[in-house]
Amino acid sequence: MKSFFDWIDHRTGSKKLLHEVLFENVPGGARWRYAWGSTLVFCFSIQVVTGLFLWLAYSPSSQTAWESVYYIQHVMWGGWFLRGLHHFTAQAMTVLLALHLMQVVIDGAYKAPREVNFWTGVLLLLLVLALSLTGYLLPWDQKGYWATRVATGIAGITPMIGPAVERLVVGANDYGHHTLTRFFALHAGIIPGGIIAFIVAHVYLFRRHGLTAKLPKKAPDSPFWPDQVFRDAVVCLAVLIVILFFNFRSHGADLDAPADPSEPYPARPEWYFLFLFQMLKLPVFKGSMEVVGAIVVPTVVMVVLVAMPYLGNSKQGHRFNLGFLWAMLGVMASLTYLAMNEDRNDPGFQADVRAAKWEAERVITLAGEGIPTTGAITLLRNDPLTQGPKIFARNCASCHRYDGHDGLGGQPKDKISASDLKGFGSREWLTGLFDPEKIAGPLYWGGTEHAEGKMAKFVKEDVPEFNAEQKEKLRQGLIALSAEAGLKAQAALDKRDAALIAEGQKELKGSTINCADCHKFHGDGDDTGPDLTGWGSREWLTAFISDASHERFYGEKNDRMPAFGTDKMLTEREIGLVADWLRGEWYVPKSRAE
Amino acid sequence: MHQPHVPPPPDRRNFLTKAASIVIGGALAVVAPVAGLFVLLDPLRRKSQAGTFVKVGSLSSLPAGGAAQKFQVLETKTDVWNVTPNEPVGAVYLQRVGEGKVRALNAKCPHAGCFVNFKPGDAMHYHCPCHNSSFGMDGKILNPNSPSPRALDELPVELRGTEIWVRFQNFRAGVKDREPV
Repeated sequence: MKSFFDWIDHRTGSKKLLHEVLFENVPGGARWRYAWGSTLVFCFSIQVVTGLFLWLAYSPSSQTAWESVYYIQHVMWGGWFLRGLHHFTAQAMTVLLALHLMQVVIDGAYKAPREVNFWTGVLLLLLVLALSLTGYLLPWDQKGYWATRVATGIAGITPMIGPAVERLVVGANDYGHHTLTRFFALHAGIIPGGIIAFIVAHVYLFRRHGLTAKLPKKAPDSPFWPDQVFRDAVVCLAVLIVILFFNFRSHGADLDAPADPSEPYPARPEWYFLFLFQMLKLPVFKGSMEVVGAIVVPTVVMVVLVAMPYLGNSKQGHRFNLGFLWAMLGVMASLTYLAMNEDRNDPGFQADVRAAKWEAERVITLAGEGIPTTGAITLLRNDPLTQGPKIFARNCASCHRYDGHDGLGGQPKDKISASDLKGFGSREWLTGLFDPEKIAGPLYWGGTEHAEGKMAKFVKEDVPEFNAEQKEKLRQGLIALSAEAGLKAQAALDKRDAALIAEGQKELKGSTINCADCHKFHGDGDDTGPDLTGWGSREWLTAFISDASHERFYGEKNDRMPAFGTDKMLTEREIGLVADWLRGEWYVPKSRAE
Repeated sequence: MHQPHVPPPPDRRNFLTKAASIVIGGALAVVAPVAGLFVLLDPLRRKSQAGTFVKVGSLSSLPAGGAAQKFQVLETKTDVWNVTPNEPVGAVYLQRVGEGKVRALNAKCPHAGCFVNFKPGDAMHYHCPCHNSSFGMDGKILNPNSPSPRALDELPVELRGTEIWVRFQNFRAGVKDREPV
């Protein structure tokens, strides 16, 4: 064994190198405060390793980025842990960078002859921030998409070169494949390459000038190994434990719904950029002053940082530097607090966050059955449970309600003036319609002309006079009519009551309960009222929404219900989605279906 | 015997510090690679897809006289996260072998996975253009110097009326036994 190491040493000089690495002199002995630099190297190495493994499964394009991250996060073995480790270590790095910078300035380690080393450190700080900015977009989820749009938008307001810079970063007129390939190349190749080069330079210069001892020295000088190495290792372990704590607590990093330029999203940058976001909301940076907040202020801060080694040569200058950094930290902390506080106390924002979270969970449920090649966004766009309420809120809720709200839980400004459609097609809904107390009430036809019509009159005046036999036949008729809808939620009931339904169908055509006086049902009956054949079924409902004035339905007696299809207010697809949603037809995973 | 309390000699203290540094350092170094290895090895967990019968063509489209005809196989294709119905997943050669009987051979060469060609004519056979393997109409290896470890892979066929249904499956190339992939 010894001869093997001797051979290696003879060929490579490994012993001398190892000696140099381990026996660097630590003036004044090992101290905990010297560990920050090592924690950063440690975090960066975690990022390189986890990043390379993530790369093995990541696919940068607008139809595959979210999908591959979904697969890593939700299907692959330990994928959530790997991705979470990458995510939370990135956050740890930002915090550690701030601590390292503070410690360097407090200890005066940036003064001559260490200026260049300080500058390489400032560059490293910028590169790491650039890493986190580019990494944020890669999952191509709503969160990263909208937050990064804000960032590239800010680049776009730079005077003169802004628009060109924005175009070059985005890679096209708008976000798409090339935005991802560019961000990925930056994130996984160019920026890390730069970081490695500057870390080498940074460590080389650090070794050249030696460690800046915190005065007064507490102990005699000692070599780096083992006392300082031990301290560094313990601090790194503490950092790792914190990272693992956050990773386990939130089961890895979030993955929002796939990026969708047509869906609103409560965009916020990652927490360590929140202060910038909040600063730009300050009234002084309104309008044309935005460029000052977004570009001039950060540039000035960077100039002060770069000038710090010169300023620090005098006692006052050093004090100024310290004061400046503390003040900056204070301002950043306050702005971050303000931003978080504003969001916490904004119910609208909170509701948007909840909606976004719901959509993220929904698309992950849908993706479990496989994703079409057009991308996971198609899953959400074709999902009645996701789109139905939105279409309803936009187009139906000014008159109708769904369980008392607009479908999304909100309250439209207009009062309810047409029926509440929660449970439309079900036996309960129909039973309510045939309740003399309810038919002309707000939940049914109270707000419409139909409240004065023949049907309402029949329910209010004739039905209460029905004898027991008629009442029973009406009950059967309603069960049969509800069965026409073929609701998924009622499938078991309909199957159980097949005999009853057959009886009811006869009654709907017969003369005992008078339906056929006005309504057609499977070819029999008068057609003054809407045709009840297939009432509430998908076909019936989509045709009704398309044109309620059609003679099959209300004809001339239609009261304000727009012809959404005939007048091209909604597409066939949208009408189908809202009809499916009202009928409770959407994908339910098998495990939860029982 | 009275032993005065003295601090441990520096060597011993040094040893503990060194040992602790190495242990902690090892723990730090291991977390990220192990997490990555799990993800890297994930494909080993995925089971090979058992073939199901799919319709590939009809009897009437098969030439008489035992000549082979190539057919695309359309199946629901699962490609990691994508699931696509009716995707071409491979090809088979179908040939009549007697009244109401059809033989199906996977068009992939068992040697290295190249697409084999059907050579019509008097001496009908299959030929792989990559390494010059020849296979008989029953799929058996014809030329003695063929590098192929086994005959062409025959697939189960079902006739449903005039429709030809085949249980399509790919097998590992380069090995003697048929192992589904």
